[in-house]
Amino acid sequence: VSQSFKNFFSLGGDERRVDSRTIYIGHRSCPASEAFIPPPKFCDNRIVSSKYTIWNFLPKNLFEQFRRIANFYFLIIFLVQVIVDTPTSPVTSGLPLFFVIIVTAIKQGYEDWLRHKADNEVNKYPVKVLEDGKPVDKDSEKIKVGDVVEVKENETFPCDLILLQSSRDDNTCFVTTASLDGESNHKTHYTVPDTEKDLDSLSATIECEQPQPDLYKFVGRMHIYKSNQEPAVRSLGPENLLLKGATLKNTQKILGVAVYTGMETKMALNYQGKSQKRSVVEKSINAFLLVYLCILLSKALVCTTLKYVFQNKPGQDEPWYNEKTQREKDTNLYLKMFTDFLSFMVLFNFIIPVSMYVTVEMQKFLGSFFIGWDKDFYDPEIKEGALVNTSDLNEELGQVEYVFTDKTGTLTQNNMEFIECCIDGFQYKYHDSSSELDGFGVTYGPMSKLQQKAGWEREELFLRALCLCHTVPSAPQEEKGFIASSPDEIALVKGAMRYGFTFMGLESKTMKILNKNDVEMYELLHVLNFDPVRRRMSVIVRTRSGDTLLFCKGADSSIFPRVKLEEVERIRMHVERSATEGYRTLCVAYKCLSAEEYEHADKGLKEARLALQDREEKLTAVYNQVETGMSLIGATAVEDRLQEEAAETMEALQGAGIKVWVLTGDKMETAKSTCYACRLFQRNTELLELTVRTLEERGRRREDRLHELLLEYHKKTVQDSPLAKTRYSSWSVGNQDYGFIVDGASLTMVLNSSSDSNTSHYKNLFLQICQNCTAVLCCRMAPLQKAQIVKLVKNSKGSPITLSIGDGANDVSMILEAHVGIGIKGKEGRQAVRNSDYAIPKLKHLKKLLLAHGHLYYVRIAHLVQYFFYKNLCFILPQFLYQFFCGYSQQPLYDAAYLTMYNICFTSMPILAYSLLEQHIGMEVLLCNATLYSDIAKNAMLRWPPFIYWTLLGVYHGLLFFFGVRLLFGNLALPDNGQVFGNWSYGTIVFTVLVFTVTLKLALDTRHWTWINHFVIWGSLAFYVLFSLFWGGIIWPFLSQQRLYFVFANMLSSVSTWLVMILLVLLSLLPEILLPVLRKPRGPHARQVQLKQTRTQTLYF
Amino acid sequence: MMASSYNAKEEDGHHSGSASHGGAAVVKSKKPDNTAFKQQRLPAWQPILTAGTVLPAFFVIGLIFIPIGIGLYVTSNNIKEFEIDYTGVDMNSACYSCAKNFSWNSTTSCLCTVDFTLEQPFESNVFMYYGLSNFYQNHRRYVKSRDDSQLNGDMSALTNPSKECEPYRMSEGLPIAPCGAIANSLFNDTLKLYYLEANGTRNEIPLVKKGIAWWTDKHVKFRNPGGNANLTAVFQATSKPVNWRNPVYELDQDPENNGFINEDFIVWMRTAALPTFRKLYRIIQKKSSTMPTLPSGKYVLDITYNYPVLSFDGRKRMILSTISWMGGKNPFLGIAYITVGSICFFLGVVLLIIHHKYDTRSTGADIPN
Repeated sequence: VSQSFKNFFSLGGDERRVDSRTIYIGHRSCPASEAFIPPPKFCDNRIVSSKYTIWNFLPKNLFEQFRRIANFYFLIIFLVQVIVDTPTSPVTSGLPLFFVIIVTAIKQGYEDWLRHKADNEVNKYPVKVLEDGKPVDKDSEKIKVGDVVEVKENETFPCDLILLQSSRDDNTCFVTTASLDGESNHKTHYTVPDTEKDLDSLSATIECEQPQPDLYKFVGRMHIYKSNQEPAVRSLGPENLLLKGATLKNTQKILGVAVYTGMETKMALNYQGKSQKRSVVEKSINAFLLVYLCILLSKALVCTTLKYVFQNKPGQDEPWYNEKTQREKDTNLYLKMFTDFLSFMVLFNFIIPVSMYVTVEMQKFLGSFFIGWDKDFYDPEIKEGALVNTSDLNEELGQVEYVFTDKTGTLTQNNMEFIECCIDGFQYKYHDSSSELDGFGVTYGPMSKLQQKAGWEREELFLRALCLCHTVPSAPQEEKGFIASSPDEIALVKGAMRYGFTFMGLESKTMKILNKNDVEMYELLHVLNFDPVRRRMSVIVRTRSGDTLLFCKGADSSIFPRVKLEEVERIRMHVERSATEGYRTLCVAYKCLSAEEYEHADKGLKEARLALQDREEKLTAVYNQVETGMSLIGATAVEDRLQEEAAETMEALQGAGIKVWVLTGDKMETAKSTCYACRLFQRNTELLELTVRTLEERGRRREDRLHELLLEYHKKTVQDSPLAKTRYSSWSVGNQDYGFIVDGASLTMVLNSSSDSNTSHYKNLFLQICQNCTAVLCCRMAPLQKAQIVKLVKNSKGSPITLSIGDGANDVSMILEAHVGIGIKGKEGRQAVRNSDYAIPKLKHLKKLLLAHGHLYYVRIAHLVQYFFYKNLCFILPQFLYQFFCGYSQQPLYDAAYLTMYNICFTSMPILAYSLLEQHIGMEVLLCNATLYSDIAKNAMLRWPPFIYWTLLGVYHGLLFFFGVRLLFGNLALPDNGQVFGNWSYGTIVFTVLVFTVTLKLALDTRHWTWINHFVIWGSLAFYVLFSLFWGGIIWPFLSQQRLYFVFANMLSSVSTWLVMILLVLLSLLPEILLPVLRKPRGPHARQVQLKQTRTQTLYF
Repeated sequence: MMASSYNAKEEDGHHSGSASHGGAAVVKSKKPDNTAFKQQRLPAWQPILTAGTVLPAFFVIGLIFIPIGIGLYVTSNNIKEFEIDYTGVDMNSACYSCAKNFSWNSTTSCLCTVDFTLEQPFESNVFMYYGLSNFYQNHRRYVKSRDDSQLNGDMSALTNPSKECEPYRMSEGLPIAPCGAIANSLFNDTLKLYYLEANGTRNEIPLVKKGIAWWTDKHVKFRNPGGNANLTAVFQATSKPVNWRNPVYELDQDPENNGFINEDFIVWMRTAALPTFRKLYRIIQKKSSTMPTLPSGKYVLDITYNYPVLSFDGRKRMILSTISWMGGKNPFLGIAYITVGSICFFLGVVLLIIHHKYDTRSTGADIPN
């Protein structure tokens, strides 16, 4: 023991804590370990997912909130207002800020309360812990590492356990990990082999690695000490580990020892918020914000400067009628200048409104409901609709330039069906009419051997191989059929069943096969698991007669090098033909193992499985060693049907100017045929291949060939193509379309070229080629390579918006990497859905999600943002201009109530309603005309030109409002009784014109008037009028100054005021009416849309 | 104005395939509701602005605005307005000495007389304004320097005025009533108008001082503490504003126009929007239907010159004006309306041409594709 300990720890004495942990089962010290290492403190089994406690909620939450730059800015403004004598009361900015903070705090508090509740539920969950051989009830949080825990059927495991004992005879137990990775199938876990049945007398330690988040990896070993015996060592792998959160099924009870507890369990380690994805709109907002901040600062600076210039004139600083207070006189000049500057900042700070953030957040939050509500996304099969995991990216759906899609399960249904097979070069196609082996008719024979069949022995061997070489755990259950994690295997087992070989299930290492009423029994010796690198799997079984057989199935590329060449020749043609027809092909091989061979293999496998370090590598080495010299029996072809409307969806996406890339782990031929079927590649598409095959042509060095090919393709696609010049209209008829095919190995060469200078050069060439192809197919991709590709495109010039869509765990990396990740609620578990931003039941829903929802969300939020900046610019500009007429004294033009309510009440609701309901083009039209999507590509509505247009509009309106009323006030006697208006009347008139103009401007932009729009637009105007009358109708006891007392009513009594307000509103909206009218006829495109729009309207009329 | 059509999308117009299969009832809650709102299919009016639809609107606007503009312009032109500057900046002007020799300490007031001639008779009621220039009544320090609760008759505010009134809050240990810079700088020139008849006799023209302030101000916003009687007693413990000659309870003999509800005071307390402003001073009411209110001829304006403006380069004016339904004389509105109306009309014509041209073109060569 000490030897093995030393071996184990010799890698680095002090690092042992980092490398592994030692667990004493049942906290019993072990007699044999010469130096008892006191068990280090492990964390307790309490799960803490909550962020706050009652005590730290207030400070921590406030700190978190004020870390947001906007909140912090408003806090500063508020503090300035409190400290410095500013023109507007702190209430004007304090109230909205307070409101925002409180609402956010309540929301976060509530969420945290829910988390606390959930935590408590988990932590106080009663569990049974074995103490002195008797189960004792305990709270789940009290479990310590080393405790032996008892779990009953249908209970979830309270922490990560090593399975010691199961109530089942075969020392297994079944679990589902639905809450961990969403896979609802039953998984088999095994007890540690040969442990004592009596746990009381078990004295053992477990060495295992430190906690790590990978759910499917676990390396450890157990030392079992028996009195006066050499301690036994057992290897522990993921199949011995029961994860917290998984549920025990079909097993009465199990006993397990806790190895990881609390926050160190794999579930807790996986519980990490996804990194925040930010949308382009948010980046635009920040850029605009910066511009407005500059405007704000320069306004304040101009005013401060002019103020001191003005005050330098004799008699203007302190005329006799307006003396300063003693304190003001005493203040230092520079301090005064500074406070004046701050005062101006405060006066103009409404140009950057708090409410915009609130409205944007609300729009996103509320708007995202429409995706979940859409019944077009409802799938009757899985009885679920779309799922929105984040609402931050709604508008990004309208900006997608690249779609990266997985093939299996996404483009195709992942609903495998056994189509045909080939035994010894003879092809068999299944006919429904017969279920006997005889009906297993030959339809197509190679080399004109029509109607011939392979020998029946070979046929049976082939079918037995299909029946044995898999990991399907159980016999077919009623109704449901087989349950297994791999649909391919089910298809194969089902296929074999059709031909009379029924797999009856696996029971305590014995596989039963029903062969024409005969039951064959095989002892399962080893399973050489499938992995994506080897691309094959094998089983070693022993027949009744004592022969040891190895059956292997796998991809052609991984089997062919391991079998005899002449056998390959007979089958290769079939495999390739099947692949071009879009089938998934597997080759089946077998091998008889002699006793020595088996002995050797068995020893090697057991050794490798026990290894704590590099177990994977060692196993792979043994696997490779065993799986050699096999003989090929045949090949299978399994069809994976295309998803519903996959072709239409792809066509629509391409029509929308989106580049579609297929990233798949599948082989090139299969993937290519899928691409043809999906119409990603058309007949006239010229395919450019950059694969191992093309690279190996002409027997040259791969690097040279790569270089050559890249240059050639680049020349073809980029330099010679007219596409390059007219990039945006790239998807038009008449040009030569290119399709690009690259495989994983070649991609690695491109990305990791021998020299650095080449790498970046190749990368550029590669990207440029890809960008000029209508579709790109990347096959033989490892999951990480998928993410690499996405990252490569994401960071390329112009940083295009990428979208990844996939359904399996192997797509998670690319889903997380892309700007928008979409999960399909498919058959390969829920991991993709959990990690996605949006999840949809079927691929076909992507079309509506992007073309209709995405388009509308983008237009809505873009308009929302532009409108907000616009309306606050023309709100504050008159106030700025007024400074020139009031001696730069920071006198506000509007009353405090108006300043506060403008963004909260008077103008907020119409834009919110607009941003939720607007459909400038109907959904049907958007779906029919995919090209409309490219109209808003590249953030078209939030680029500088539209921003400048809106800003100029705001300036125009602001100038018009102020100077229009200024001219009206050329004679202050406005009512017909000769009385005069004061400064508050001036401000109120400007404000009224402002509210009406801004609201009517939105009304003009609204293309989709539902009753809600009507209600909100006219309602908020009516509210403004009523509020003004009410606000001015009462002497408010809490106000120190009754500034607006009857100002609004008096204003309405003057005919001139009415006339000027009508004139100004009309004049401000005139360009708004005129511009679209003049713009319309120019583009034929707009006209087209319009025509279609009217057409649909008449349809609905 | 807008091309429109009602787009009433029927709710069940689009069925998403076989959504109503059996078994859906089990997890019915997950199936989205098929309501118009949730499916974004609310019936909607979808207006589109096109040249064709905007065109009539422009013509209509033009046709409405131009007559209104002409009406406004004519009305404004018919309003008689006479303005005279009596600041006394010029050596030759009557009030030069008063302006130059102004002193806050002098107990006697300085008098000056200005002659002027009205070329045309003023027919209807004439409104007499005083105008001040370069006087920043809208300065922030000035605007906020008042206590509205004190002015509303609040007893506690009378003895303890708001801090906003600083430095015009306390005087000689007593609270100032009315406090603040605005009240302190109350315009206190007295203007008297005489008609100079042909024989040289001065006929004083009666000036009405009621009805110059907003009704609501006079009756609700401004109130004397403890009613209008016994003002002297109520204001006992207060001090007059430093620049005032008389305390607030001696602003007028008429108890209905004294104290805080003195209309001159109320008018002054409504701060002007711009540094050049006018405020209503008196009203000259039309006596008979045959005689003009102010016949053309020579007039004399008697000024008790109390209000210094030269220190801040200000000006003082006396304005006589008639008033129409649109208020005082202001040619801007009429001109603006005529201009905008004409622009709209012109745009209508341009649009008509564009519309016409475009229509003929589009029938010939439609969208390429």
